[in-house]
Amino acid sequence: MYSRNHLLFFAFSLLFIFLFLADLAWGSVAIPAKEIYSVLLGKQSSSIYTEIIVNFRLPKAITAILAGASLSVAGLMMQTLFRNPLADPYILGVSSGASLGTALVVMASGFLPFSFVGNGWALIISAIVGAALVLLIVLFVSFRVNDIVSLLIVGIMFGTIAAALVSIIQNFSNPDAIKLFLMWTFGSLSAVTWNYLQILLPVVLVGIGIAFFLQKRLDGLLLGENYARGLGIHISQTRSLIILATGLLAGGITAFTGPIAFVGVAVPHIARGIFQTSSHKILLPACMLVGAALLMICDIITQIPDYTLPVNTISALFGAPVIIWIILRRK
Amino acid sequence: MSVLSTQHLSIGYRRKGTANVIQHDLNLKLESGKLVGLIGPNGSGKTTLLRTIAGLLKPIDGNILIDDKEFLLLSQREKALNVSFVLTEKVDIPNADVFDMVSFGRFPYNNWRGNLSKQDRTKVFQALQMVRMEKMMHRYINELSDGERQRVMIAKALAQDTPIILLDEPTAHLDVPNRVGIMLLLHKLAHKTGKMILLSTHELDLALQAADLIWLMSKNGGIECGVPEDLVFSGSFNRTFASDYYFFNEANGNFSLNYPLTGKVSVSGNKMRIYWTLRALARAGYEAVENAPLKIEVTDSAWILNQKEIFSVAEMLDELNNLNGNTSL
Repeated sequence: MYSRNHLLFFAFSLLFIFLFLADLAWGSVAIPAKEIYSVLLGKQSSSIYTEIIVNFRLPKAITAILAGASLSVAGLMMQTLFRNPLADPYILGVSSGASLGTALVVMASGFLPFSFVGNGWALIISAIVGAALVLLIVLFVSFRVNDIVSLLIVGIMFGTIAAALVSIIQNFSNPDAIKLFLMWTFGSLSAVTWNYLQILLPVVLVGIGIAFFLQKRLDGLLLGENYARGLGIHISQTRSLIILATGLLAGGITAFTGPIAFVGVAVPHIARGIFQTSSHKILLPACMLVGAALLMICDIITQIPDYTLPVNTISALFGAPVIIWIILRRK
Repeated sequence: MSVLSTQHLSIGYRRKGTANVIQHDLNLKLESGKLVGLIGPNGSGKTTLLRTIAGLLKPIDGNILIDDKEFLLLSQREKALNVSFVLTEKVDIPNADVFDMVSFGRFPYNNWRGNLSKQDRTKVFQALQMVRMEKMMHRYINELSDGERQRVMIAKALAQDTPIILLDEPTAHLDVPNRVGIMLLLHKLAHKTGKMILLSTHELDLALQAADLIWLMSKNGGIECGVPEDLVFSGSFNRTFASDYYFFNEANGNFSLNYPLTGKVSVSGNKMRIYWTLRALARAGYEAVENAPLKIEVTDSAWILNQKEIFSVAEMLDELNNLNGNTSL
């Protein structure tokens, strides 16, 4: 098993590099492989290709990698924490909180004396605040309720409340604002510029760092909370750290790219299936690789000639069949 | 040799500030190398007591001491170094094999990444050998039978290498050979490894045979401790499980049903066959007394009733009912 997993990691790393280069090469403007090579090595710095690759495709590809890895790791942690194969990074209401924040800024700005729209930072800050707010409430609730199922229900209920509020806001908004908000909910990897990456990257690194720090405790949680406690694992502390890391990963990504569905729920299952293990020591890096690869594939598919599809639709096309497969296999 | 003791321990559940006390003022003592069977009716607090000693539930009042250390003041990890347990909840981890499962027992010892040292691996393998599952260590958990799964969970507790092991109904859901097997295994482990093993069970006859000590819990009535046979002789089992419908049969360590006995018959003959004859007679409503007008002689192969030789219990009961003028059975 040991050498088999090493081989798989090697294969996925190659796939990862290949997809990264393919993601850079593919798009509405065809760029020859030779040009990509020279741009990446900094040999050529003046052509239009350099501009497209460095300022558009490179940050987009890096965002795809970060988003795929983050959402998959967050999904893995949620599935382990709730011992539920259908849990995803958004199950605690993170995306609903972000949506509410975004909806408030995008659509309510019509009533406000000053205009936010068109200012990318306002969108992102409001999404972060919305996600963080829901997360803080859930974290607070997790100290009060002791069982994990109640926490799950509370998270889902917050999501419902936020969705209802978003609907109400939509009802009072003008069509342009609604369209802008809908575009955000479709998810987009290309909105993330180098400036935004400077914020997103550290957030993601901290979240993933916490996840790796928790790898043994996550394994223990697979036994259920009682057995985990019996092995010396501090449950409430571990739970808080998991919620915090999930919030940073899912909240951070969602704020910058909009909600990207199904990656977080599907990738952990794909990783478990391929690597044939339940150990987080292997699953965490595996989820990062598979998640990043999957989202880069999604990104490549969205760049069909003449149109750019929302990434959310493509990830749903990939993710939904995986969920159906899980349900059928559990029978 | 360590000792676990409780001082004025009250156990139960807290809800909305009020405590629902199930047992109070428990002063118990658990010693090394002993298998203790925790027995009592449903609702007497067996699981609550085990969960309290395991550190999963806070006591309402009182202390738990391991040697002279206050158990409740220990850190989570120190608790894990002292007490391991097997619960009734079924653990299912996809892709985990037997070795992985037992390795969980080494968690309190290994590093933050959970890497197993050579010593950890040895301990895991020894634990597997003790429950005789070493040949199945690469089988997936969800492919195991309930009996094998229970052995794996016991091995996990053994790998945790604690002086105290608690088991909540380890023989539930198992067939008879597996129940006997698990009980014998735990008995052997307690004696061979010098661990304190406390298990709750509803298998009265099995517990009476395998346990060194019985903790007999009655509803709100505290816990009686003693060697099984002493508790039998003192009539404790009948007091604890008092009912109009059954009674604790001291002759065989089992519960017998209280049938309404209307007829009387006297029985003599082959001892082993008398035992089963009496059971059939009791079910049919006959009480065995000396010098009744109806007499049954039990021979090695038949029953002699009213000078007739009968070769099956069914015919014997028919004949008895005819003689008694009662044709409806």
